[in-house]
Amino acid sequence: MGPLFPQEIIGEELNILIGFFIGIGFGFLLEAAGFTNTRKLAGVFYGYDFVVLKVFFSAAITSAIGLFIMNQYGIIDMSAIFYPKTFWIPTLVGGLIMAFGFIIGGFCPGTSMCAAVTGKIDAMVFIGGALIGVFFYAYTYEPLWKELRDSGAMGKVNIAEWMGIDSGLFILILTLIAASAFYAVTIIQKKVTAKGDYQI
Amino acid sequence: MERSKKYMNPYLAGILIGVFMIAAYYFSGEGLGASGALKSVVVATTDMVAHDYATEHSYFSARVSDPENPPIKTWLVFEVLGVLVGAIISAAFAGRLKLETIKGPNVTTKTRFITAAIGGLLFGIGSQLGRGCTSGMVMSGMGVLSLSGFIGLMAIFGGGYVLAYFFRKLWI
Repeated sequence: MGPLFPQEIIGEELNILIGFFIGIGFGFLLEAAGFTNTRKLAGVFYGYDFVVLKVFFSAAITSAIGLFIMNQYGIIDMSAIFYPKTFWIPTLVGGLIMAFGFIIGGFCPGTSMCAAVTGKIDAMVFIGGALIGVFFYAYTYEPLWKELRDSGAMGKVNIAEWMGIDSGLFILILTLIAASAFYAVTIIQKKVTAKGDYQI
Repeated sequence: MERSKKYMNPYLAGILIGVFMIAAYYFSGEGLGASGALKSVVVATTDMVAHDYATEHSYFSARVSDPENPPIKTWLVFEVLGVLVGAIISAAFAGRLKLETIKGPNVTTKTRFITAAIGGLLFGIGSQLGRGCTSGMVMSGMGVLSLSGFIGLMAIFGGGYVLAYFFRKLWI
């Protein structure tokens, strides 16, 4: 029964090796989906290319459904995985800072790394900026960020429980929302690209 | 523009990323991350050149004070090394490995570099404050139905849509 490493069913070396191979799959798919092209990424905000939305929601929902079923069958113990705690204030503020970063810089960290190693010079510059950003944060952590980062603590919160509904029902609603969004963005993308101005 | 091989179907790519995310949780109990590796680089570098500073300041000390668990030898760093290898393999097969700068049609290369650096800087700060980026915090958080993942989703993508109008000259 999973997760295997946290329950000491597999050792650390094997765990790291598995992580490496999982990373290869993730990186391969990000590149194959076109996530190294900054214009394809920005397209989600301007209507000419919704690849980000399609890949992102397909991945999150696949994982949510898979883990939900595995948890039901006792194949994985969700209480033993790394479950992100919710600190709503820094997540909201940090998320808005990242929104600026995304729309100005045209990448997020994962996509910039894939883009940089496959030759995109703008992505190399983005990573340089990101490292400076992390250094700046690290050296100003105690005076500027510590208090904000620890505010709004809510512990481990499952959104379905928080809304007072069953996890399965939440996943169903999320899937229906995503399916409607996929349908809508396909129409929007056709209209926007038909004008001819926004072809990549 | 000469076309290299076509991109993968986005739904297929997404479903397969979801499968790898399930595998990451099943084997290692971890989601798929990216920005954590940047943090590891910063922590390890600081520990190397200024060990005393690192042990005295709380951002670093949790990571460097434990000799059994050095900052660079973490699961996430190897996962991200895999990401780099995987991206190169895919690009090599598709004929997309080449040095180039991609930018909006109405900006200069200089503008693209300046905005990429500023965007990176903001993402570096935001991902530390928000405990992860689009991969590790939002996508992997949504995969386990964590509230933080959905707050991050609203903030990053909702924020992006609000801001898009003001930065449209960069992209269209």
